[in-house]
Amino acid sequence: MRHTFVALVEDKPGVLNRVVSVFRRRTFNIESLTVGRTHQEGISRITIVVDSDKTDVVRIMPYMYKLINVLQVEDLTYQPHVNRDLAMVKINATPENRAAIMQLAEVFRARVVDVTNNSLIIEITGDEEKIDGFVDVLRPYGIIEMVRTGIIAMERGASTLINNMGENQNYELPIEFKMA
Amino acid sequence: MNKTGAQIFWECLEREGVDVIFGYPGGATLPIYDALVTSKIHHVLVRHEQGASHMADGYARASGRVGVALATSGPGATNLITGIATALMDSSPTVFITGQVSSPLIGYDAFQETDVTGITLPITKHNYLITDVNDIAPTIREAFFLAKSGRPGPVLIDITKDAQQATIDWEYDDQPAHLPGYRPDFRPANSEFERAVEMIHNAKKPLILAGHGILISGAMEEVLEFAERTQTPVADTLLGLGAFPGSHSLSLGMMGMHGEAWVNKAIQEADLLLAFGMRFDDRVTGKISHYAPKAKKIHIEIDPSEINKNVQVDIALVGDLKEILQKMLPSISTVDHTEWLEEINTLRGHSAVRDIKNLPDNGHLYAAHVINALWQVTKGEAIIVSDVGQNQMWTAQYYRHDKPNTSITSGGLGTMGFGLPGGIGAKFAKPDQEVWVIAGDGGIQMTQAELSTIAQEGIKVNIAILNNGYLGMVRQWQEFFYDKRYSATPMKGPDLVKIAEAHGLTGIRVSSRDEVVDAIEAARKNPGTVLIDFKVEKEDSVYPMVPTGAAIDAMIRRPLPESVIQES
Ligand SMILES: Cc1ncc(C[n+]2csc(CCOP(=O)(O)OP(=O)(O)O)c2C)c(N)n1
Ligand SMILES: [Mg+2]
Repeated sequence: MRHTFVALVEDKPGVLNRVVSVFRRRTFNIESLTVGRTHQEGISRITIVVDSDKTDVVRIMPYMYKLINVLQVEDLTYQPHVNRDLAMVKINATPENRAAIMQLAEVFRARVVDVTNNSLIIEITGDEEKIDGFVDVLRPYGIIEMVRTGIIAMERGASTLINNMGENQNYELPIEFKMA
Repeated sequence: MNKTGAQIFWECLEREGVDVIFGYPGGATLPIYDALVTSKIHHVLVRHEQGASHMADGYARASGRVGVALATSGPGATNLITGIATALMDSSPTVFITGQVSSPLIGYDAFQETDVTGITLPITKHNYLITDVNDIAPTIREAFFLAKSGRPGPVLIDITKDAQQATIDWEYDDQPAHLPGYRPDFRPANSEFERAVEMIHNAKKPLILAGHGILISGAMEEVLEFAERTQTPVADTLLGLGAFPGSHSLSLGMMGMHGEAWVNKAIQEADLLLAFGMRFDDRVTGKISHYAPKAKKIHIEIDPSEINKNVQVDIALVGDLKEILQKMLPSISTVDHTEWLEEINTLRGHSAVRDIKNLPDNGHLYAAHVINALWQVTKGEAIIVSDVGQNQMWTAQYYRHDKPNTSITSGGLGTMGFGLPGGIGAKFAKPDQEVWVIAGDGGIQMTQAELSTIAQEGIKVNIAILNNGYLGMVRQWQEFFYDKRYSATPMKGPDLVKIAEAHGLTGIRVSSRDEVVDAIEAARKNPGTVLIDFKVEKEDSVYPMVPTGAAIDAMIRRPLPESVIQES
């Protein structure tokens, strides 16, 4: 099963290395990793997706918390959340089949962002299945190159990771810590 | 006032209360060493940076204060690595400072450039690279705070040469460290408390597992009070020795791989384990699936990442042990566990017959005799710093500690070579206390050069070598599990008496049982450092022993000699 963790970290050199080291050291496998700024200066947000069959997911939150530069970690897997991936696909496109490809793109609400005589770049956002589906229908036309950002995720509703910061004064075990 | 980075550095260390630093100079620390001349801090010149790292660690463990070591860039820094890893595994509050090449040269493979923050990332609690003189003061503040708070550990600060040299207008300010992501202040929820108290009152066969966390938290009195009021026997981890008085009637002794047989049996029989500041290391639990099958487990621990790591527990109280016990004690009633204590005492009685001390004198000198004599002569009051191997286990088994922070050893990493420099560090922390280093003939040779540091500093550290002519602990495993193929374990050592003398110290050789006490007394009376080379039984083993992968009560016991078997 796939687990999605999000973390707020201090935006300083080397912090990503520390986070990734938690995984590397224990030979945990990262499926996808994204890092970017937040609206608050000095705070970056990391989204990490791991496969729980290959990774002792229960250990991830406590190990991440242990890092001095990590401000907050949450496992969004069991909470209602939105996740998005963005892909750009460069595809062979002749004047003959261009219209057909663009029609497909429209069905998937993807956008053409570059056109040449013999190629197109199409940008698509969505959850992973939608993108996988789109890539599958493009394949017969000949994909030249593809790039994906990896998953970013956000909890639904008004609650935010930043609001939850410092909540641990009265420490109750996080979900994964709870004993059966 | 205008100050250089190097001057700021020393002033900040003084403000943190540092009185001694262990170090070795080089190109990238020249400015720092130049400014040392006007500092009040005493610098101990070591003979190898590994020595400095263990001295800082030994100092920290003996005193509870932060130990500090200083090394130059490149090879100086890499020589610290073993000591940093040792300090991390045993949660020792330490700060390591390394010089780094000037910031414009970083990344260009400059002379003696090493990516020290990269190398030490997984073996420090946290580390810093300082390239700007303005960051020196706040970083030192944070480093000391991190090293000693929460679960303590090593923090490394790598300072570029240009940052040491730069001058700024600077005044000390004691702003607290700003670490928004660091929360050493966990507290358990009240509901967890209530459940724990109920579990404690319902237990028939409770057992306290006393770990290093008791010493770090300073919870000795609370644990004593708790144990006495609830009549709960106490078993120690290796690093927990001294956290509970060893001669107390409720003290059972050490648990685990070379723990006492009755302790491991008691763990397997217990219906409640109270894990106080310990982490269920594999050397303690043996085969996890067979560990304490009848016991509910309450884990009191400051590091949340230790909860359910090795052993699944029923209740976890995450926070400072002393605080938690203080909060819990008023709800704890007096309980009687006479039956349980008698059961354990019977187990203890069965084991005594196998104790080497009680076996007939066959004229041989066993390590146990040496440690037992040392314990008696020093009345159990010395600070004992052991190395790693059989010597470490015999020391743990036969030297009983009644006082906290008097047993110092590398537990988690098992670092050979720790003993001598660790003992030097402990002596600087407690100059008025008697310090004994106990090492094997292998371990002493790893950091033997620090004898020269002892001579230069003119300090008195007593050194007992349990010389068996083998890398004994490895030989023991070869004896038990590899058909006695002694591959690379016989070791021909130097004449250690002469080695001591070559350093201007005193050396004594002891080969028979009747010389042991005299030699120990002679060493104690001597105002200078004395090394005693005890030629002990060569192929003795540490008993009992839990083979790796076995349940902790499946122990290899000391075989009884014919004479004893016939008698009984
Ligand atoms: C630095 C280091 N290298 C290797 C080991 C593996 N090791 C553990 S115990 C031991 C033997 C120690 O021999 P000695 O110092 O003579 O002590 P003894 O066991 O004989 O008392 C060895 C080699 C270690 N713990 N540390
Ligand atoms: Mg030996």
